[in-house]
Amino acid sequence: MTQKILAAHAGLDSVKAGQLIMADLDLVLGNDVTSPVAINEFNKAGFDSIFDKEKVTMVMDHFAPNKDIKAAGQCKQCRDFCGKYDITNFFDVGDMGIEHALLPEKGLVAPGDCVIGADSHTCTYGALGAFSTGIGSTDMCAGMAKGKTWFKVPSAIKFNIVGKLPKFSAAKDVILHIIGMIGVDGALYKSMEFSGEGLVNLSMEDRLCMANMAIEAGAKNGIFAVDSVTLDYIKDKVNRDYKIFEADEDAEYDAEYTIDLSTIKPTVAFPHLPENTKTFDEIGDVVIDQVVIGSCTNGRIEDLRCAAEILNGKHIAKNVRCIVIPATQKVYMQAMKEGLLETFINAGCAVSTPTCGPCLGGHMGILAKGERAVATTNRNFVGRMGHPESEVYLASPYVAAASAVAGKIAQPSEI
Amino acid sequence: MKARGKVHKYGDNVDTDVIIPARYLNTADMQELAKHCMEDIDIDFAKNVQQGDIMVGEANFGCGSSREHAPAAIKASGISCVIAKTFARIFYRNAINIGLPIIECDEAAEKISAGDDVEIDFETGVITNHTKGESYQGQSFPEFLINIINSNGLLNSLK
Repeated sequence: MTQKILAAHAGLDSVKAGQLIMADLDLVLGNDVTSPVAINEFNKAGFDSIFDKEKVTMVMDHFAPNKDIKAAGQCKQCRDFCGKYDITNFFDVGDMGIEHALLPEKGLVAPGDCVIGADSHTCTYGALGAFSTGIGSTDMCAGMAKGKTWFKVPSAIKFNIVGKLPKFSAAKDVILHIIGMIGVDGALYKSMEFSGEGLVNLSMEDRLCMANMAIEAGAKNGIFAVDSVTLDYIKDKVNRDYKIFEADEDAEYDAEYTIDLSTIKPTVAFPHLPENTKTFDEIGDVVIDQVVIGSCTNGRIEDLRCAAEILNGKHIAKNVRCIVIPATQKVYMQAMKEGLLETFINAGCAVSTPTCGPCLGGHMGILAKGERAVATTNRNFVGRMGHPESEVYLASPYVAAASAVAGKIAQPSEI
Repeated sequence: MKARGKVHKYGDNVDTDVIIPARYLNTADMQELAKHCMEDIDIDFAKNVQQGDIMVGEANFGCGSSREHAPAAIKASGISCVIAKTFARIFYRNAINIGLPIIECDEAAEKISAGDDVEIDFETGVITNHTKGESYQGQSFPEFLINIINSNGLLNSLK
């Protein structure tokens, strides 16, 4: 599927794994951390135009609302650049959200698109049947100027999804299970392709969560077959032509796995790698200091509903801080209308405006030496959320909310 | 084109958050970032590194974020080449694009120790360990890659 999208964007009938191609881009993305480096390079290289003002987007989400004077300077540099080149899709505080939750919501990515973003979780849009991958600032710069970039065509691993998730198991548990199974370099340089009869049981938000973490297995991209769930999601969001690509019946894969959703249990990735996964039969008492519910992985409305289902009528444990971060303004508004924010605040949680903030140890919930957090985010590397001797445990919104109530890592069914 | 220097050795899955923690990414000044390079796993790296030194990791070096600040901070710290068994793909691309030479070589990654005096010939891909009196065959760099590295990055090479 990935190979077909890349061939179409390179003007070729077909491509093979390992082939180097030059591909046209449908969208080039940057944020307030990566764009300033790209803008510096853009100016140094002497470029004086961008390839398409509709197809370059910058989202101020990492250290925004500005966490300090330097971060303010970086956002200002992006704002000035987008103003100068009249970039349509510049998202600043007030209408921004976490980039990978925001762009699908705004209809900026469609099936069959070829997207690069100077953020590793750009692979999220594979949920919509697009080829989408993270790159660095130099590639972002060249992409903004020329609307093209080079790729080495990846080979693919197929995940055949069957069955249906049990109560309190979530898409996050599925992707953590897969990363635990194949390892953090299990899909290095490759495409992870998700298809099968069970796909219909995964909502678009589930798919966005799973594609989001393809990078945590080292993958170049994660991609889902397009079906009625995809078309329902984009019908009132995408107002342009797009093309649906399907994998051939006889497509070649480096490996194939069948994932039976009905066997997936709540899963937690222990420090300091997303592959260090455990299910609750292997988890003892792990006392925690903080819970973060949000991020480009799990900050969407269904995630907040799951957390609220657990927290409703309860209070978080003494000595635990729980920070809830709706991923976009639209999610925030919807959560407010549904009374979820009230549930969170009554339970003793802090509710924040959208930001990547604590996920990457930027601001809004940094950990002290020796502290532990359960987070619905995507990385638990050394120092990821603060002090190098703090610890992050990755989990679903159900597990995160249950852990906040219990004061230790807990199963939703225990609460 | 060659590089030679003293080795700083690390293990598997050296991620971009330990190469340059996000808490410092409120600047794009690479010399400033170099002061904090590797500090979460090797607090003395910035103090000990000498111009021309070599960094050696094992599998999946540079996994995690797409931040170009990671290879740029390594380069700005004075490192002349990174050797590993494998590199995470975004890091690989970013390193080449900013003109930081990187080479995949299983044998070198296994046999080289911290502090060894190591030399790399990019044209031939031969890695010589002067301390241990060994040599290992890594991939050689094609001409366009040598051109990018000599030009100090992709964008300069296009001028």
